[in-house]
Amino acid sequence: MLRFVLRRLLWALPMLLIVTFLVYVALRVGTDPLASYLRVNQRASAKKIQQYIETNGLYEGFGGYVRGYFQWLKGFVTFDWPRSIKGSREVWPEFRDAMMNTLRLGLVSTVLGIIIGLALGVYVALKPGGLRDSSVNTAAFVAISTPPYVSALILQLVFAVYWNRWFGSSLLPTSGVYPPGQRGFDLVLMIKHMILPVTVVVIQIVAVYTRYMRASLLEVLNSEYMRTARSKGITERRVLVRHALRNALIPIVTVAAIDIGAILGGLIITERIFSYPGLGDFFLGAYDNGDFPQMMPWMFFFTLVVIVFNLIADVSYAVLDPRIRLGR
Amino acid sequence: MSGEVVLSLRDFRVTFPTLFGDVQAVRGVDLDVRAGEILGVVGESGSGKSVTFLGLMGLLPKSARIEGSATVRGTELVGASSKIMREVRGKRVAMIFQDPLSALNPTHRIGNQIVEMIRAHHKVSTKAAMSRAIELLGQVGIPQPTDRARQYPHEFSGGMRQRVMIAMAIANEPEVLIADEPTTALDVTVQAQILEILQRIQSESQAAVVLITHDLGVVARVADRVQGMYAGRVVERGNVDALYAHPTHPYTQGLLQSLPTVGRDRLQPIPGSPPNMMDPPSGCAFRVRCPHAVERCAEEMPVLRPIGDQEAACWRADELRGVSLR
Amino acid sequence: MDADRNDPSVDTTDASVGLASQSLSPTRMAIRRFVKHRAALVSLIVLGLMVLFVVLAPLTARYGVNEAVFKTSPENPNQFLSPRSIAWLGTDDIGRDLYSRLIYGLRISIFIGLASAIFGTILGVTIGAIAGLRGGWLDDVLMRVTDLFLAFPFLVTLLVLRSVMSSVSWLEPIVGKPTSIRFVIVLFVLFGWMGVARLMRSQVLALKEREFVEAARALGAGPVRIVLRHLLPNSAGPILVALTFSVSSSIIGEATLGFFGYGPQPGAGSTSLGKLVGGAKGALLPGYWWLVVFPCVLLVLVTLFVNFIGDGLRDATDPKLDGAR
Repeated sequence: MLRFVLRRLLWALPMLLIVTFLVYVALRVGTDPLASYLRVNQRASAKKIQQYIETNGLYEGFGGYVRGYFQWLKGFVTFDWPRSIKGSREVWPEFRDAMMNTLRLGLVSTVLGIIIGLALGVYVALKPGGLRDSSVNTAAFVAISTPPYVSALILQLVFAVYWNRWFGSSLLPTSGVYPPGQRGFDLVLMIKHMILPVTVVVIQIVAVYTRYMRASLLEVLNSEYMRTARSKGITERRVLVRHALRNALIPIVTVAAIDIGAILGGLIITERIFSYPGLGDFFLGAYDNGDFPQMMPWMFFFTLVVIVFNLIADVSYAVLDPRIRLGR
Repeated sequence: MSGEVVLSLRDFRVTFPTLFGDVQAVRGVDLDVRAGEILGVVGESGSGKSVTFLGLMGLLPKSARIEGSATVRGTELVGASSKIMREVRGKRVAMIFQDPLSALNPTHRIGNQIVEMIRAHHKVSTKAAMSRAIELLGQVGIPQPTDRARQYPHEFSGGMRQRVMIAMAIANEPEVLIADEPTTALDVTVQAQILEILQRIQSESQAAVVLITHDLGVVARVADRVQGMYAGRVVERGNVDALYAHPTHPYTQGLLQSLPTVGRDRLQPIPGSPPNMMDPPSGCAFRVRCPHAVERCAEEMPVLRPIGDQEAACWRADELRGVSLR
Repeated sequence: MDADRNDPSVDTTDASVGLASQSLSPTRMAIRRFVKHRAALVSLIVLGLMVLFVVLAPLTARYGVNEAVFKTSPENPNQFLSPRSIAWLGTDDIGRDLYSRLIYGLRISIFIGLASAIFGTILGVTIGAIAGLRGGWLDDVLMRVTDLFLAFPFLVTLLVLRSVMSSVSWLEPIVGKPTSIRFVIVLFVLFGWMGVARLMRSQVLALKEREFVEAARALGAGPVRIVLRHLLPNSAGPILVALTFSVSSSIIGEATLGFFGYGPQPGAGSTSLGKLVGGAKGALLPGYWWLVVFPCVLLVLVTLFVNFIGDGLRDATDPKLDGAR
């Protein structure tokens, strides 16, 4: 068990380096930081350009990319991050604030979404084939087929624009964390601003997890050990909780960890529509400006998150399912 | 077969409603099993032999309709409350299933699965239940039971898993033990061991054992009495030795003929296949495959009646009894 | 009674009329199961009608894609008309008929969806089959990389791929300009093969050891022949399902790129769902609800129908589900 975790951990580090190196090359090619720099500083002297190349490691050729990557990596881990191209601002403070905002939005919606989704999945799986099943299933399908910006647009149209027309003031704010000009912390305002974005993300998560849970639980309920459990004369409640739910949740834990990418993807889109100053908004802003120094930490961070969650998925599966635990 | 009747079925019926009509899986079964005997129940797949016993235990899907009567020493099971069923299951009637890998919960330790069975019916500490579970594992011939109790089902071989199932089933010393194809999924050598254990357990506990199988050899080896089922009804019943020597019902005859025996070159399978239970043939369901069918077979359903020492449900049983097989 | 009832060779089917469904061919059984999935059947019919509508666009649309509903004059402007008889679904900022534009837009979107899904599936099947058959380090690397790619937020992956593809100058003659439809299709193909490759690989791994493949190998069939004649037909079901879901995700993908302004700009003379949905952003605050609702609803409906068809196909091609329902 410990060896298995260690082996996965040993895999994770080279994976992180290889993937972030690939990302580095992709961004160097795709955004061409030097060109972006020259666009902003059109009168930079040859000496200044050379200096910019040196400090940022923007060397050409494969060897140059490798050298540049390690130079960047060294700066990254020592928190000596290059400044943004546009406005030459420090990247870390903005990144940190965006991360906190995203974390708040993401945590609230993920927890809510998974709880509601799992509960709904159980509720449906216990009585499959009826009207309840088909209506929840159809609703889940509609939700999966609705991209987050569509639900966001419709919610904004109803709760902000038309509410304003019908009742004279909009029910919920549609952008930002606080109204413009607000200083300091205000819980009520913050919650009000989060309701619509959270709703959009939660709809997506609920739809996905309802279906996962339904499928997983149905499979377990149809298995033969459920019959054995019933033949023991234990209460139906114990049959469901100890035998069915427990086993049905095992594959879901794994999916949950891997799904983190999809959830983050939904967050990025949602943040953009609600002008919510999180990591998604940060990335799209940086992408539009071709701002390499802003994008690279972002990509590194996300690669790390994805790898860590993949690791969690593997390990949690091994911990929860004895067949895997000792099988390897 | 001297013991008192423990399990008793009267006109027991199981029907599955489907979109296309009702499937009559069991169509009026009468049966008595006595303490201390092993009753073999044989039949092709779909003959209703498993469904009968799953039905009386209430282990069929909720949609199944169960009628008639099934009693365990006077306790009626058909239509019983879930409280009564809970007391019966695992305590008075225990089951052993065909495929011990899928019948054991893959994520629970073996010991805990047996402990759960014990603690469902006895107010004992987990620790006491565990030592009883280990004792049971030893009884069914599992080496190092203390260590094995901490393992998971996938770490056991097929035969060992079936031993675990048996240990679990006898944990509460049930009055009736129903073994549903306990050896079908196993190798021949392992089959023999499992049957031996079953037999030993049975003679020690004096439980009534029902052995459901399609393997006539298994029945011949361990059962006291045997009953053949076809299309949801009992077609013949009697002592194993007598019935094997003089099968009376054409279906039982066919079954025995399809058995490989030393000295016979050619196996004779029963022609045709089991009937569609949505719309079974009128009268005797076997008549469409029966070489001896007459008009009466289509008109009236034969009932089980005594023919010599056995019982058979065939209009021509008296004439057919003498038919030699070899 | 039956004269031949003693004949042991008698066919089993005549004795078991009720079991006759078991003797249908797998394809017929799959069709039967698909038809039983009511939502999938309805989706297939409605989507079929939609496709017909879209293919016959010059006939079914009331105006040209860039045609204004009528010439503007100061006293009766044609911009932002709410739905009415001359423009069933209203008009946009320069007086064009939304209904006609939706038809033309859907045409492009369905084309992008189908083309990317088909090419992506072909690429994925090829790569997956090679990985599954060859195994070894190639397989390891491939699966690790696709793992990560699939776990990454897809919009980010698409945007990074997009910027790389558009900066490599020698690629331009092949993939076209970043705003062209061809570029978007290539982008989706490069992104979309991964899921199919994983699927195909697992299918190959599962089927590789089966007897009929062993037998073919023993008879001297080469790997290409084994894949084409044995592995592909036997994994056609799951691949078809993946292809269907890939159509819907490509349509959504185009709309997402379009919504954020990174999508194709299909020249003068056409539009796409992504552009139309993107146009909804500006219409929101002034409250031109039809410009928000209709493109969004159409996008959701089309995606939903394709997804339902995929779900029906999954049920139809998975015999395991037979007993469970």
